[in-house]
Amino acid sequence: MLRYIMRRIALAPLILFGSTFLVYNLAAYANDPLGELRLSTDDGARQQIIALTRDLNLDVPPPIRYFLWLKGILGIFIGKFDLGNTRSATTVWEELAYAIPVSLRLVFVATITALIIGLALGIISALRQYSRFDYAMTFLAFLLFSLPIFWVAVLLKEFMAIQFNNFLSEPNIPIKWMIAFSLFTGLFWSSLFGGERKRFWSVFGGAFATSFVILWAIDFTDWYLNPGLGIILIALLSVGIAFGVTAISTGLSNAAAKKAALTMAGLAVVWYYPAQWIFNNFGSYFTIFILISLIVLTGLGLSRVYSKIDRGPIARTAIITGILSGFLILVDRIMQSWNDYSGTDAVNGRPVPTYGQRKDQLVTEDFWLNNLDIIMHLVLPTLALILISVAGWIRYTRGALLEVLNQDYIRTARAKGLNEREVITRHALRNTMLPLSSLFVGEFLGLISGAVITERVFGWQGMGTLFLRGVNGGDPNLLMGVTLLFAVLTIFGNLLSDLVYSLLDPRIRLGK
Amino acid sequence: MKLFGRKEKSTGEILAGGENAIANKEVEGLSQGQIVRRRFFHHRAAVIALVSFASIILFVMTSLDVKMGPIRIPGWWKWTTEDIPELRFEDCPGGTTGCPTLSLDPRSGAFGMGTHPFGQDDIGRDYFALVMNGTRRSLMIMFVIGAVSGFIGVVVGSISGFYGKKVDSVLMRLVDFIQTVPTIIIAAVIGKAAGKVGPLYLALFLGVLGWTGLARLVRAQFLSLREMEFVDAARVAGASNLRITFKHILPNAVGQIIVVITLIMAGAILTETGLSYLGFGVVAPDVSLGLLISQYESSFTTRPWLFWWPGFFIISIALCVNFIGDGLRDAFDPRQRRRITKRDRLQAKLQNKAGE
Repeated sequence: MLRYIMRRIALAPLILFGSTFLVYNLAAYANDPLGELRLSTDDGARQQIIALTRDLNLDVPPPIRYFLWLKGILGIFIGKFDLGNTRSATTVWEELAYAIPVSLRLVFVATITALIIGLALGIISALRQYSRFDYAMTFLAFLLFSLPIFWVAVLLKEFMAIQFNNFLSEPNIPIKWMIAFSLFTGLFWSSLFGGERKRFWSVFGGAFATSFVILWAIDFTDWYLNPGLGIILIALLSVGIAFGVTAISTGLSNAAAKKAALTMAGLAVVWYYPAQWIFNNFGSYFTIFILISLIVLTGLGLSRVYSKIDRGPIARTAIITGILSGFLILVDRIMQSWNDYSGTDAVNGRPVPTYGQRKDQLVTEDFWLNNLDIIMHLVLPTLALILISVAGWIRYTRGALLEVLNQDYIRTARAKGLNEREVITRHALRNTMLPLSSLFVGEFLGLISGAVITERVFGWQGMGTLFLRGVNGGDPNLLMGVTLLFAVLTIFGNLLSDLVYSLLDPRIRLGK
Repeated sequence: MKLFGRKEKSTGEILAGGENAIANKEVEGLSQGQIVRRRFFHHRAAVIALVSFASIILFVMTSLDVKMGPIRIPGWWKWTTEDIPELRFEDCPGGTTGCPTLSLDPRSGAFGMGTHPFGQDDIGRDYFALVMNGTRRSLMIMFVIGAVSGFIGVVVGSISGFYGKKVDSVLMRLVDFIQTVPTIIIAAVIGKAAGKVGPLYLALFLGVLGWTGLARLVRAQFLSLREMEFVDAARVAGASNLRITFKHILPNAVGQIIVVITLIMAGAILTETGLSYLGFGVVAPDVSLGLLISQYESSFTTRPWLFWWPGFFIISIALCVNFIGDGLRDAFDPRQRRRITKRDRLQAKLQNKAGE
């Protein structure tokens, strides 16, 4: 195993050398850095040509110039790592240092959200194979597979941003939209729960009525102008979360877990007002981290209070409940800034932006306003990326889980009398995660390099933009910096996904 | 015979034995090809997709002139992409020009395609002709990428998986190498070098880059299949490497291969449109669906039809290919059983009763 890893790592520089050499020369051929300047008859252009030639060593032919660039890279061994300069006299390193966090912010949120949604839908789809829900999900996945991202992006900009902003200036939900949306939610939930006709209609009726009442309440109170959850809603939701998490995590028959989760939900409500005070006075990522640690500690403590045996699952249930309820309080706090945010001059009543990663005009020290700004700028591009990548997760999860459900050990688990929840969560899902875990790495890398189009459509200044600047603007060092980073990520990502697979699945042996 | 199905789940009531019996009876005495064909044509969504796909191809290919060297087969559509008819002003909403004449409402007097069913572009060219031409480009690129990637992927994957060891590790590092070269660079180079030879070269080169996933898959299939007993048996019987590959291993892997190729093809049409959108794929004056969308992206609010139609064709083609691939996967998968209907269940129950 170790030998295998060493061999792969030892080969990596060779591959990197080959691909960077190829890309460098291809790029030099495809785009002359001096192209536009040469056409210009301006006097300044001549000066610029001379300056650029000197800075970027353009008088050296590309195959040899590559080695000048390589010298800077190899400097990493003597502590003088140098990626070269861009045309605009910044170093490539500075540009990358700015762009990497931007790209990661975009891709990270999108991957995680798509993963969670895709897993959930895929699992339900597999458990209800050949049901209406399954067919709907299959169709949805194929439809999303077939969508060009720039096309989706334009639609999102139009309907989620421009039209929504217009809507906010005169907020009023027409009754027919309320009915249409409620019908949709009713259909979704009833086909999700499945079952015979009677159950179908009762779920449908319940979901329809609930969503209609919620929509009506939202419209009646003009909630979107001054959103927030409030302590009563948080209390109700937390209790719901406590029951839901317990049902999935340990089963409702586990009394200790149920008590621990409900206590946690109660604590969330008790902590609501103190949390407001903490958030208002000490709003920072560090505070949030401290609070999460407190939740974890409380969860561990609760498991000790309520049970003498088998504390792990109880602590798990309590902690998940606590984190989800805490998340609600956090969301509530961010929502409270909505009105301030919407009212600032920079936003001017149009809170959903279509372009850029931050509002430059918004200058504020307020932690919550800044975060709300980041979140609002993330909404559209993240949504576009999620729509594109969730389809893959739905299909992969469904396929993998169906494969596992056909195995003999699932039949054994059922035969020895485990209930369906235990069969699914303990035996089926864990084995489903094997193939998915190695896909995750590839998907993440794919999104980073695939974000070129997304970044362009939404005007983000991430790595994709740098890459395009390198290709279009004839900026060889910039291009090579991004290419090198992608190549390193790809090679180690491939290695990592092979390793993860073999670590999780003892049947696979690498390098034999 | 007593069935030990789980009572509370009616879908799981029939036992594997019963289901297998139904499925096995259906395929008795049929060859693999016949079974696959039969299963495919039972997959309703896939058949619908196949028919739609064929109709789209027929519709698109016959609409404009087909030029092959000196031969010229006239199409049924009155405009070509070179014609510049006058811009239409009348009946257009909000002072726009060149709005579409397509009308699907039989009550209105103008039912049918009209002069410019998809409208006109800025200078008056017929948008229907442009979209047809773009769809042709995209289809051609899709098929070329599918064929080239499919061929290289199967060859490299087979060699890698069959011979293993040194050959395998060299070829797999080649895969790593190709994966690290960004597609956009290649497209930019071709755009610069082959501006006049056009989209065919683009497709060929994208195909040369697109086979890595398929090669990995074929390799994995070969690695597991070559350890099978029937391969040993063939070897003992004196079969050559070539014969083992073509007669014993490939037929067992062909299902997965075809499915991955359909996925590559569906991905190819999106890659092409994406590259054209960024300005690296098909470039003006040539037409492609991605290029059309990128040109008229900003006119979405005023003239949405310029945006909807290219998107509609991209999505329908990709959707059809995906569904055909899904049908093929189900058809080739030996473990895949047909969906058990209520009638089958009833019959199985009756049979079981009779057997008791």
